[in-house]
Amino acid sequence: MHSEKPKHDFEPKIIAFVCTWCTYAGADLAGTSRMQYPSNVRVLKFPCTGRIDPVFILKAFQQGADGILVSGCHPGDCHYIAGNYHARRRFAVFRKLLEFIGVDLNRIQFSWVSAAEGGKWVEVVTDLTERVRAMGPMVEFKDLVLEEQWSGNLNNPELQAVYEAM
Amino acid sequence: MSRIGVFICHCGENISRTVDVEQVAAQAALMPGVAFAVDYKYMCSDPGQNLVKNAITEHRLTHVVVAACSPRMHERTFRKAVEQAGLNPFLCEMANIREHCSWVHEDREEATDKAIEIVGMLVERVKKNRVLPTITVPVTKRALVIGGGIAGIQAALDIADAGHQVVLVEREPSIGGHMAQLSETFPTLDCSQCIMTPKMVDVANHPNITLHTYSEIEQVDGYIGNFQITVRKKARSVDEHKCTGCGVCMTKCPQKKIPNSFDCNLGTRTAIYVPFPQAVPNVPVIDRENCTMFKSGKCGVCQKACGPGAVDFEQQDQLIVEPVGAIVVSTGFELYRITEKTKGSPIKGYGEFGHGKIPDVIDGMTFERLASASGPTGGKIQRPSDGKEPKQVVFIQCVGSRSREKGISYCSKVCCMYTAKHTMLYHHKVHDGQAYVFFMDARVPGKSYDEFWRRAIEDEEAVYIRGMVSRLYQKGDKIVVMGSDISVGVQVEIEADLVVLATAVQPQKGADLLAQKLGISYDKYNFYSEAHAKLRPVECATAGIYLAGACQGPKDIPDTVSQASAAAAKVMTLFAKDKLEREPIVARVKESGCVGCFACKKVCAYGAIEEKEIRDRQGNLVKVVAYVNPGVCAGCGTCQATCPSKSVELDGYTDEQIVAMIEAL
Repeated sequence: MHSEKPKHDFEPKIIAFVCTWCTYAGADLAGTSRMQYPSNVRVLKFPCTGRIDPVFILKAFQQGADGILVSGCHPGDCHYIAGNYHARRRFAVFRKLLEFIGVDLNRIQFSWVSAAEGGKWVEVVTDLTERVRAMGPMVEFKDLVLEEQWSGNLNNPELQAVYEAM
Repeated sequence: MSRIGVFICHCGENISRTVDVEQVAAQAALMPGVAFAVDYKYMCSDPGQNLVKNAITEHRLTHVVVAACSPRMHERTFRKAVEQAGLNPFLCEMANIREHCSWVHEDREEATDKAIEIVGMLVERVKKNRVLPTITVPVTKRALVIGGGIAGIQAALDIADAGHQVVLVEREPSIGGHMAQLSETFPTLDCSQCIMTPKMVDVANHPNITLHTYSEIEQVDGYIGNFQITVRKKARSVDEHKCTGCGVCMTKCPQKKIPNSFDCNLGTRTAIYVPFPQAVPNVPVIDRENCTMFKSGKCGVCQKACGPGAVDFEQQDQLIVEPVGAIVVSTGFELYRITEKTKGSPIKGYGEFGHGKIPDVIDGMTFERLASASGPTGGKIQRPSDGKEPKQVVFIQCVGSRSREKGISYCSKVCCMYTAKHTMLYHHKVHDGQAYVFFMDARVPGKSYDEFWRRAIEDEEAVYIRGMVSRLYQKGDKIVVMGSDISVGVQVEIEADLVVLATAVQPQKGADLLAQKLGISYDKYNFYSEAHAKLRPVECATAGIYLAGACQGPKDIPDTVSQASAAAAKVMTLFAKDKLEREPIVARVKESGCVGCFACKKVCAYGAIEEKEIRDRQGNLVKVVAYVNPGVCAGCGTCQATCPSKSVELDGYTDEQIVAMIEAL
């Protein structure tokens, strides 16, 4: 019954920031309906997408996430009246910032998945996983973190140049 | 130093089939801060819960992680267990390794790795959990019931009989809903009016029920125990207190040819009207679209005729605010209309049935009105086109329902039974007539239901043909029905005088808009979603809101009444306490950091954020900071993500907790 799964060289780490009321419940429904999807995704539950701070996305990239999904209730369906609208505006601005600093926006997916859309959850997660797998690992942030630690070294030629100039 | 206990559930085989639970337990035991890790077959069972409780005392645990099903399922169960063992319930977290892991992955190795990671995340999170005291809020012991069909009536009466105040809001001018339209009801063939109208009168006369008909829900504020409902009472143009219900206005009204929607447009009514003679309240309403006075400014005949002077053309819509503690939603259903393709409807339309262009193709509700003693024909079965008595009637089931390619995949549940009933009613009234039924399956489970359906065939001579109809067309004054009989494998052609379609049961128009006001979830067909399909079938995921009747899914009268009484019982349970414990997931302001920009106030949808002055000992104003009213805060956390100085924190979802989870990856 189990079909042979193709082995990939690279398995991306996908982090999903979801709201309790719609997308988390939708993911639960995918479970109760026994749908199948890649196991790369890790779900973090929030009361509302309005609670999701863009800093968490940066933090996740820093911690080695290769792709990020933010998903909540459809417009108009927010359990907290308007949290998803605030989130939508916040992330519209945040996307521009990410693009400016050079993050490939294909690594981030914003979507609406309702509590009744188990199938859509599977679709969104599968698409994102495959897309990010094709893109390869996200190294930009890891490099930055490494550089930050390494730059403590005073023998750094760049720093030396700066000192000399002073 | 935290001493965390990790409890991994097998869930029978649901988790252990794909996740190596023993390995998860072994790995969890190695995680920093974990003092104890164990797996067990059914963690939610009594011995399972005892295992958690004993471990807390025995191993002096400070935090607990239960790796099992979704927290939406059993978080409350385990938090209660932890509380009984003397820990604060919010020091317990659940790792979802069933819905989000074992059920959605097949590869054992992958699923086990994922489960370990999920547990690891929750272990890091729970370390940062803080003791949260439960918040108690007062309960307003008044209930709101939305929709005055049989579901709403039953729920309202039950709650009112228990001694609580009930506000019943109905969109139409009269309560009664669809049940008031029915002729006789299966499986006993009781006259619907005879069992319905006494209940309607009970509602009107009950001292504990406030009835708002011709009214709609405008706005919903607040939360469980403390809702504020704004009801729009539409202008009736008739003063309810002055009107005596004599009906003179209706006899005088010059506009007499308006199709009566209560009779499925078979009969006519006047512009000032009551939908049906037994209406409750028996107060007419002026249909402003069709009234000569409102159209041309000249007429006013009804006003002159009205003895008590109740007709008031100047009346305006009224907004009434009702404080309530619980809400029962019972907005019911409507039948899919073959004649109109509504915008956004999942049903693609029935071209092969002429999209309802043939006048003698009617739906089930129209047949009910034809068969009803109080209907437009006085209970005589007559064709809408020429008033002739039909001698051959074809009933077609599953029109719209159970047809994935046309859009609706669910079964409308009541059609098999009401079609069997229709064939009987028809046979009782037209002795020399013949009824044919095209059906896919007969779905007649229920007490005395199968017997009823068999009676239609065996005693009442209905001919059941298993198969679907491919085409209908008019030929002279007959309708040719072309179908197939798959039991014998032949094509069937019947020349019918009347065709009755059992069209799909759908939620009421605007069901989604109401759900958005209430903050409850609904499925892709706009049926409202219950909190749990089996164990919490009458509660919404939103606390304090309950469901009754066909707004949740197609239901017959016995099921609707049962659910309405169940919803009423839930409301009474809520009202049994004076104070209500609510989750302490609310935002708190760190006053030292707050700069008083009030960006939080702008984004708070609940108006929970107030301005608070901080003064020194001499009474000089030091600064103005934000303050969150914990009674009003709903706990969405939008303020926290907005705060530029990170001075507001949502308990239970603090930055610390979330960052800890991200860092555990």
